[in-house]
Amino acid sequence: MSARILVIAEHDGKKLNPSTAKCVSCARALAGAEITVVVLAPDAAAVAAQASQLAGVARVLTVENAANLQPLAAVLAPQIVALAPPFTHLLGPSTTFGKDLMARVAGLLQAPQVSDIMAIESATRFRRPIYAGNAILTVESSGEDKVVGTVRMASFEAAATGAAAAPIEKAAVSVPLPTYTRFISVSAAKTDRPDLQTAARVISGGRALGSADGFKILYRLADRMRAAVGASRAAVDAGYAPNEMQVGQTGKIIAPELYVAVGISGAIQHLTGIKDARTIVAINKDGEAPIFEVADFGLVGDLFQIIPEIERLIS
Amino acid sequence: MKRILVGIKRVVDANVRIRVKPDGSGVVTDGVKMAINPFDEIALEEALRIKERGAAEEVIVATVGPADSQQQLRTALAMGADRALQVQADGVIEPLTVARALLKLIEREQPFLVILGKQAIDDDNGQTGQVLAALWNRPQATYASKLEISGETVRVTREVDAGLETIEVDLPAVITTDLRLNEPRYVKLPDIMKAKKKPLDTLTFAALGVEPRQQLKLVRFEPPPQRQKGIRVKDAAELVDALRKKGLL
Repeated sequence: MSARILVIAEHDGKKLNPSTAKCVSCARALAGAEITVVVLAPDAAAVAAQASQLAGVARVLTVENAANLQPLAAVLAPQIVALAPPFTHLLGPSTTFGKDLMARVAGLLQAPQVSDIMAIESATRFRRPIYAGNAILTVESSGEDKVVGTVRMASFEAAATGAAAAPIEKAAVSVPLPTYTRFISVSAAKTDRPDLQTAARVISGGRALGSADGFKILYRLADRMRAAVGASRAAVDAGYAPNEMQVGQTGKIIAPELYVAVGISGAIQHLTGIKDARTIVAINKDGEAPIFEVADFGLVGDLFQIIPEIERLIS
Repeated sequence: MKRILVGIKRVVDANVRIRVKPDGSGVVTDGVKMAINPFDEIALEEALRIKERGAAEEVIVATVGPADSQQQLRTALAMGADRALQVQADGVIEPLTVARALLKLIEREQPFLVILGKQAIDDDNGQTGQVLAALWNRPQATYASKLEISGETVRVTREVDAGLETIEVDLPAVITTDLRLNEPRYVKLPDIMKAKKKPLDTLTFAALGVEPRQQLKLVRFEPPPQRQKGIRVKDAAELVDALRKKGLL
């Protein structure tokens, strides 16, 4: 029996999040899988059109309901469960959206969830990191249960876009939706910089930056390099950078082409978030810092001199 | 009585360097320091603060795990929990089984709030809170960095990829904690002595009517691929040069 995979789209009502294209890539790793993407929104047309162009997608389902304006797991999960019967696998991204939602779906289905899938070896065999990436575990499902999964973003390239558009169908879902969860607000800093999770280049700062003001030299260099800016947990805890910039085990796990760690010592939890970066650069005044153990290029020195100098050199 | 139920898990201490057993059957845990999962410690701290503010009367701490987990329950009692429940379980215990056991405890204890860590730092599954909320058909507020209880609702600030999201949920509800919710207190020696006298009950799956089920077989543990150690450059100019040669600038 070939796999029939339902991918839950992440979006903001207008644009499909790149995390969805990565979930599609993960699903495509299973030869012969039939891939359906579902878009839950009040008005799903624009997002569904984008999803329909992802290479490998056979069909896009839309579930239109005013209650789907905000991505509340308690509201979305029963609708996904209503669609689940024909599918063998349900995949979402290992983003805060997907992690919050998919485990609730798994709970409703009483199905096993494989968190942070880094490789699909067969319809029942998956590889995933545990212990902050210090061990890789292969798990196997029975083949009888549906498998719910979250897809580790750093492990998959986004599926190509521009494919012949897959058909879009409206799905009729009528299940009671709970009203015990209400969205109030979301505060996100507006930025013109690339998205941290998908940027090709990322510059991150640690506690050595000394203040939120100290981070400004990173922002300047990042703008020059068209890079996203990240931060260590220590820098976020100290209030130098907002939480959405945190890179690491409990923040974002990223895989840029170039990662520049500035004034970051390299705690194991931080390294977990950057292991898949193609090239790692470490700039730190402590030559013994663990970050140098994983860096392709290490530079020992004062970041407040080095960063402006790099900026001058590439201008 | 207004109760909060806190779930904790015994895990390998966050500072231990993890080693995979050569035969791939697991990671080395013999003689390794164990601790309360750090996110669960934050969950307990939050519950204690809510009680200290007068918004709850009792904090119950529960774990589903082996006999040795009683050490972590004693630590939790020393931190200030009023009583402890251990559901005895050995071997692989999946989130669904843990959630089923916790649901049985909820039915017995009728808490108005259940607080768990957002993930355990050993298996990194990050599922139990959401699975429990689903089975219980109650709201979930994951990745909490701030809680404000008022009457029958709680307003929760959540750390999400976009920034900070605020939701309001009706009680009872399941909350899972993120790192910045609070900083757990240190345990004082007299409290450790006092904790020895606090009630700690041991239960079994059979007594609770839970049938443990393993849905995912653990096939093989492997160490992760190691990155090659790179080179040191002497100054910014050499660094920029090297990155240009690789086409990265």
